[in-house]
Amino acid sequence: MQGVFLLRTFVFVCVLLLSEVTAKNSEDIRCKCICPPYREIEGQIYKQNVSLKDCNCLHVVEPMPVDGKDVEAYCLRCECKYEERSSGTIKVTIIIYLSILGLLLLYMVYLTLLEPILKRRLFGHSQLIQSDDDVGDQQPFANAHNVLSRSHSRPNMLNKVEHAQQRWRRQVQEQRKSVFDRHVVLS
Amino acid sequence: MESEQLYHRGYSRNSYNSIASASSDEELLDGAGVVMDFHTTEDDNLLDGDASSPGSHYAMSNGGGAPSSSTHLLDFLEEPIPGVGTYDDFHTIDWVREKCKDRERHRKINSKKKESAWEFTKSLYDAWSGWLVVTLTGLASGALAGLIDIAADWMNDLKEGVCLSAMWFNHEQCCWTSNETTFAERDKCPQWKSWAELILGQAEVSRRGMYIYWALSFAFLAVCLVKVFAPYACGSGIPEIKTILSGFIIRGYLGKWTLMIKTVTLVLAVASGLSLGKEGPLVHVACCCGNIFSYLFPKYSKNEAKKREVLSAASAAGVSVAFGAPIGGVLFSLEEVSYYFPLKTLWRSFFAALVAAFVLRSINPFGNSRLVLFYVEYHTPWYLFELIPFILLGVFGGLWGAFFIRANIAWCRRRKSTRFGKYPVLEVILVAAITAVVAFPNPYTRQNTSELIKELFTDCGPLESSQLCQYRSQMNGSKAFTDNPNRPAGPGVYAAMWQLCLALIFKIIMTIFTFGLKVPSGLFIPSMAIGAIAGRIVGIAVEQLAYYHHDWFLFKEWCEVGADCITPGLYAMVGAAACLGGVTRMTVSLVVIVFELTGGLEYIVPLMAAVMTSKWVGDAFGREGIYEAHIRLNGYPFLDAKEEFTHTTLAREVMRPRRCDPPLAVLTQDDLSVEDLQGVINETSYNGFPVIVSKESQRLVGFALRRDITIAIENARRKQEGIMLNSRVYFTQHAPTLPADSPRPLKLRSILDMSPFTVTDHTPMEIVVDIFRKLGLRQCLVTHNGRLLGIITKKDILRHMAQMANQDPESIMFN
Repeated sequence: MQGVFLLRTFVFVCVLLLSEVTAKNSEDIRCKCICPPYREIEGQIYKQNVSLKDCNCLHVVEPMPVDGKDVEAYCLRCECKYEERSSGTIKVTIIIYLSILGLLLLYMVYLTLLEPILKRRLFGHSQLIQSDDDVGDQQPFANAHNVLSRSHSRPNMLNKVEHAQQRWRRQVQEQRKSVFDRHVVLS
Repeated sequence: MESEQLYHRGYSRNSYNSIASASSDEELLDGAGVVMDFHTTEDDNLLDGDASSPGSHYAMSNGGGAPSSSTHLLDFLEEPIPGVGTYDDFHTIDWVREKCKDRERHRKINSKKKESAWEFTKSLYDAWSGWLVVTLTGLASGALAGLIDIAADWMNDLKEGVCLSAMWFNHEQCCWTSNETTFAERDKCPQWKSWAELILGQAEVSRRGMYIYWALSFAFLAVCLVKVFAPYACGSGIPEIKTILSGFIIRGYLGKWTLMIKTVTLVLAVASGLSLGKEGPLVHVACCCGNIFSYLFPKYSKNEAKKREVLSAASAAGVSVAFGAPIGGVLFSLEEVSYYFPLKTLWRSFFAALVAAFVLRSINPFGNSRLVLFYVEYHTPWYLFELIPFILLGVFGGLWGAFFIRANIAWCRRRKSTRFGKYPVLEVILVAAITAVVAFPNPYTRQNTSELIKELFTDCGPLESSQLCQYRSQMNGSKAFTDNPNRPAGPGVYAAMWQLCLALIFKIIMTIFTFGLKVPSGLFIPSMAIGAIAGRIVGIAVEQLAYYHHDWFLFKEWCEVGADCITPGLYAMVGAAACLGGVTRMTVSLVVIVFELTGGLEYIVPLMAAVMTSKWVGDAFGREGIYEAHIRLNGYPFLDAKEEFTHTTLAREVMRPRRCDPPLAVLTQDDLSVEDLQGVINETSYNGFPVIVSKESQRLVGFALRRDITIAIENARRKQEGIMLNSRVYFTQHAPTLPADSPRPLKLRSILDMSPFTVTDHTPMEIVVDIFRKLGLRQCLVTHNGRLLGIITKKDILRHMAQMANQDPESIMFN
């Protein structure tokens, strides 16, 4: 439920940002020529925003450090490569990644710090927290069928979300017990 | 103990031989030695007391739809009980049953195909759903791998500084258009500001301080996210995926949250500078995608065996995007990860790898500079005498692999059993801190490991200006360019060699402690880095040897003075392949991956020689690769297809019950009441029970699973009226004669497996192990003179094998 909603917003944001990716930036192409040291001249790197057909030593290396008859010899040593990149893709990807990371961090802070405080205020005592631990403690390898069949589902939307979240937290707690406490899976 | 009850199958020698010959042809194809082929030719024996038609295949359990044999007409009217045929968490699947179910489903769809256009479309959809799942998996894997690559590159450089003009660029991209870069310093540009420049104060301290701060915070975030959201996202993932593909169930291991957390924390873990790689976790990510997409199609979501075909293809896609090596990915899936690999899976893996590689290539934002990961531009030939140092590198790789496996397993075992393992977050922070503090001074360990490998693979030419290429040039007037190969090493090269030696020792030690931390960690890139460093050192040593002693016989034959003879970059490549082979014990897939990574097709023979040598040397110390060693450490029920069972024990020495055990817990076919049945289930912890005709005759009827019985009784209690505690339970076709006032009897025939596998008590264990491996059984019944005697389960076999190999049989934890 929650997952589908999140997925939809994610796709929507992706589509919005994708429009930026497709816009071709003139700064995203270049021709890079690396020229090694020649006689007294030191090694140099030349870059220019030219297209593929102009990507050779004569167009890119400016100003030419040698005179007329040495130009060919100098250019033979140079290596010119045409390169393209997509800065829009990089921008979109980093933004998406940072937003997902930010959301996860916020949720983590909420789960670990805020929710126990809120629950304690609302319910007075930590009764609910107890029941969570108990369920997990009974069976070593939780038989998901048995555990899930105990809960009753009500058609209310909020209750469904709450129910799904409780189920997920129980599963994560089981996983945490297997991995971190008993060390039975994933050494 | 969890011994299970056996089935009679009347296995005669003749019928087994026909299986053996049928499957030996397919073994030519399969690298792992096992091919799952269910065109078995032996007949079903007529079961006692039931007139079942001969030639009916495993007329199995519930839910299959129209049974092929016509005798069970009344079963037509019984609807399938929901929940029967599923598996508990941490249990092994029954391959035979799953394959049966799939064949039934396929038959049903095919038989209805001609009825209407809608049915025809459904059958087409069913046939094509496999390709659709695999396409979606490839697309998702490619997209996620692109995201991980870009984000990891950016975050890695975040430790160093920021790009002020565009915050989302890493160092290389920031300086992409700048004209301030020089030949000597290719990374300089005014837009990139390191933290030392941004934070006023002492440059060196703030540089180091910010580096360590970022590394620690990334590592801390990663381990916190893993601990809070998805504990299954830690580690490499490949040992668990191998076990899952062999038929084990780990619920949640390939789920949505694991996928998301693994993707996010992998970037953080790589960026924190820890000595780990992305390849193993990318295989896990791809398998998660495969699992999630397979839930959209009932053909795959309901059948565990078919799902594993998709997972094999997904792992090929994972390796394909990790390295940019699609063919290597298919071979990796065949050799390392998959358990059964029929031809259909080969095509699907091929297609998945193709789609994933295509998607990654089209996303690729870095342009043409990153098409092949470690592209080598040189094509110089190699000489015959160079095989000696290559074989030495192979020996080094094998030795290092054996050492690493022992050390890592010892450390992981300590983490599992002692107090060290109680503080995972602290452990991660400690390892990250040590790594950051020690790695910072050495430029070779400070940089990104992939970049290090690329630098080591690149040979020194006129266009290179790194410290490793500062040879002493013969500078006379006309030959001022340093184009002369086989030059004496300058001081820069010696300094670089020292730093590389230190880097080698550092990486060897840190990787032992890093692999197995509670963050996503892969092993490929660190092993390749270690091998590349060792190889480059050897290469430079041989090069200098050739220069200073060019009058030795070896060098005089092949190397001319002043000509290009030794390529140290090639040694680095061979070293990387040898070390990776020593640790994982891969052969063909490794060679293919390395030459897809480098494009160096001329160097296949040295690569193969080094990989073969490292495998031989590694195998001399222990037969297991790192992944099998981790499987054994965790006690997963993985029956390795590569091992041979050579002992002469018989079935009756391994079967349960042993002499001191309580007798076999059996069910009679029409004698029990619901109360008795529930009593048997509650008192014992066995996973299944054989059903016999009567206690006197002990002749076998079939096998019933505990989970199925429980679900069926609950379902009957809810849906059918009149079922009480003293209702009679019967497994036969027709109800037994009961007195008039007895409550309604409960028919449980639909959950009974009528065709269990049996062997006689004198069957040699070699054959029994072979049967388990080839058919993917969970349990097998043992008979004596036609009467039920005991049961052998997969766990018993694993324990027996461990005992024979003088290992601890109690370490097998799961069944």
